Amino acid sequence: MSNYLLQMNNVTKVYDNGVVANKGINFSLKEGEIHALVGENGAGKSTLMKMLFGMEKPTEGKILLRGKEMHFSSSKDAIASGIGMVHQHFMLVESFTVAQNIMLGMEPKKGLFVDEKKAIEFTNALSEKYNLKVDATAKVSDISVGMKQKIEILKALARGAKILILDEPTAVLTPQETDLLFEELINLKEQGHTIVFISHKLREVKAISDRITVMRAGKWEGVFDTNTVSEMEISNKIVGRDVVIKYDKKPMKLGPAKMKVKGLHYQGESEVPVLKDINFNVRGGCILGIAGVEGNGQAELIEILTRQKNIEGGSVEINGQNIKDLTVKKLRDTGFGYIPEDRLRQGTAKEGSIKDNYVSNIYDHKKFYKGIFFNHKEAIRLAEKAIADYKVRCFGYSQKIAMLSGGNMQKVVVARECDINPEVLIAEQPTRGVDIGAAQIIHEKLIELRDAGCAVLLMSADLNELMELSDSLLVMYNGEITAYFEDTKDVTEHELGLCMLGINKHDQTRIRGALSE
Amino acid sequence: MNREQRFNFIRTLVSVFIAIVLAFGMILLISDQPLEALKTFVLGPLSNKRYIGNIIEMAIPLIFSGLAMSVVFQASLFNLGSEGIFYISGAVSAAVAIFVPMPTIFHQLVVIMAGAMVGAVVAFIPGVMKAKWNASELVTSLMLNNIVFGIGLYFLNYKLRDINAMSVVSYEMQESALLPRIIPGTRIHFGLIIALVAVAVVYMILYKTKWGYEIRMTGLNAEFAKYSGINTFKVIIIAHLLSGIIAGMGGAIETIGMHKRFEWTMLPGYGFDGALVAMLARNNPIGVIGAALFLAYIRVGADLVARLSDVPAEMIGILQGVIILFISAERFLARYKQKMILKEAK
Repeated sequence: MSNYLLQMNNVTKVYDNGVVANKGINFSLKEGEIHALVGENGAGKSTLMKMLFGMEKPTEGKILLRGKEMHFSSSKDAIASGIGMVHQHFMLVESFTVAQNIMLGMEPKKGLFVDEKKAIEFTNALSEKYNLKVDATAKVSDISVGMKQKIEILKALARGAKILILDEPTAVLTPQETDLLFEELINLKEQGHTIVFISHKLREVKAISDRITVMRAGKWEGVFDTNTVSEMEISNKIVGRDVVIKYDKKPMKLGPAKMKVKGLHYQGESEVPVLKDINFNVRGGCILGIAGVEGNGQAELIEILTRQKNIEGGSVEINGQNIKDLTVKKLRDTGFGYIPEDRLRQGTAKEGSIKDNYVSNIYDHKKFYKGIFFNHKEAIRLAEKAIADYKVRCFGYSQKIAMLSGGNMQKVVVARECDINPEVLIAEQPTRGVDIGAAQIIHEKLIELRDAGCAVLLMSADLNELMELSDSLLVMYNGEITAYFEDTKDVTEHELGLCMLGINKHDQTRIRGALSE
Repeated sequence: MNREQRFNFIRTLVSVFIAIVLAFGMILLISDQPLEALKTFVLGPLSNKRYIGNIIEMAIPLIFSGLAMSVVFQASLFNLGSEGIFYISGAVSAAVAIFVPMPTIFHQLVVIMAGAMVGAVVAFIPGVMKAKWNASELVTSLMLNNIVFGIGLYFLNYKLRDINAMSVVSYEMQESALLPRIIPGTRIHFGLIIALVAVAVVYMILYKTKWGYEIRMTGLNAEFAKYSGINTFKVIIIAHLLSGIIAGMGGAIETIGMHKRFEWTMLPGYGFDGALVAMLARNNPIGVIGAALFLAYIRVGADLVARLSDVPAEMIGILQGVIILFISAERFLARYKQKMILKEAK
């Protein structure tokens, strides 16, 4: 019997589509600690916690609670074992009151009816006990985000949670609300609760946690006592490179600017602007990287550039045309490729064949048609060529995308977008969750396009990839471009990390360097 | 055939098999002469030319409705409007067949085209509502079925009804509008050939043209289609129109192929049967032929059982329900599929 409350030993998770989200992870909790789980986006933190909370089943490995092996088949089992989770996106019924939400599914009854009075009493008692002040009779739709979070925590506590998992709890909070949350968490800890705190804000982690587990790219990077490590050391662990991929890039042959972004502003339905005065150009023959912690406006920027979101302010010119007037089709017809972040949602029709997926951006080209009839032979020839060129492992062009592994799926997407020899290419997380072999093929292709004069915009959470591929780098923080490195070779990870965390900023003159035509 | 197709094929076969076993079980329970009843059910429909003819006659409208459904299903649109379209296009084509004198061949052609046009118009409504306002095509098409049925019944009662006839039926259609029988000794009519041509045409459209590609990709993943530059608005409209045209033709052809008067006073049920046919065929136009024949076969078998033994025809309703249940349950045999995927991944 160990002195750990909970242990996850050598846990591995392989998803149905072959993506390895967690590999040999060891994670442990001591009773009454606040344990931070840190890592980049896509490092596998959420997957790990989903397994702990019974939402996913581990492919290999054991979960031990007080030394006893647990097999959770749903989150219901996890809750019954005293594990509670507060998700990043709250799961509350907006039209119900606070008390109704907290008691949902376990309402006190008076005959056939819900005893509202008792529910309110219970909520008040709970709120009192944990010093989490809420108004039991308020409607959830009327209360603030910070308050909603408290309700989520109370909801978990009401169900007897001893271990509380908080998924990026501070992402949605103001600094004041964050301070309050921390006080509350420490209070909970003093009452004997154990807390898992997922975050990538190192300062917060340092401020509140007792121990820190670091994950990177689905793997375990170690566990540390918070007192004994510096922010810098953790940051190095988070972004650190193990396999150093090096490419011999030819010297840049800069062409004219093919993508011009001017004064871009976007707010959407958010309460604060998501993008503030974004200006940059991407020139032919160059890979411009965009770095930033997720949620700093990069996703919205890409959505605007690819015509998924309308422009609110400012302008974007791609291949000499203002994209405001273009449909996706017309934008693509200017010679535009886009490797989307989510290959399953957007990048592929997974129930379709490799061939059907491969021709989706060229299916209406004249060369495929005799009269109105589609020339399948030509499509097959091209698909087979792509399969060979990109070493897609499959049985043939007719195989369904869903049957391919993540890396091979991504190769099909990249092949489709790159084989049209685009003038402008946007690559969004082009190698997320793919194996090194596939990543290398994809990287080489991007460099090849650059050498051929294509303007490549690369957005990635993988610093390794960004620094190795990009010729220049932009950093986005809080909806703004806060740094511009004209030559990526002169940048250190450390420097980049400071900019990404918003600690350092470049002055406007330097950032304006990104506007060269 | 790759593994995925093989899996789907196996799953369909297993569902049909389970349904038939259940049917046998029920016959055994209900009937005093179960073996006799079973024999009638399985072999009866194939025992003479007339019964085989019955299967094929019955399969003709099922092919049309199955095709109409396949088209919308391929686009992941759950439109059940062919039910109403069958009815209204039957009524309209009967009107043309009754009141517009024309030389034969032209007459049939005009009647069928009228049916197709009515179908297109009716199908356009849920199509536009879906494309423009994202109104659920399932709800709008079902509502529309009732509206269209009401209109058709009104016409039958007040404009087409033969007052000298005993029941609610229209005047007799002109001889020149009726489709000729093509196989002596049966009622199999020229509509069969049109149905087979329609299958070929729909197959070509879906798999050999740009529009077919757009429909299929939109159906597989609309996000992907949009991302690729496909105009999904257009796709929704085209799929609805095509489906409506096919169902409309089906209604017209059934009317002038099998009847002398328009006599439907209820929705004929072909639209919903079409959904079953399309599911059995996995939305493949070629498969629709087999699926329609299969459904017609068990219908004729059930009819014979009801007439010649002590087992009621309602049993077949249950049988159909079971088949739909198993086929539409995505997770059915999922474990088996998972094994196949894992094998593939290694």
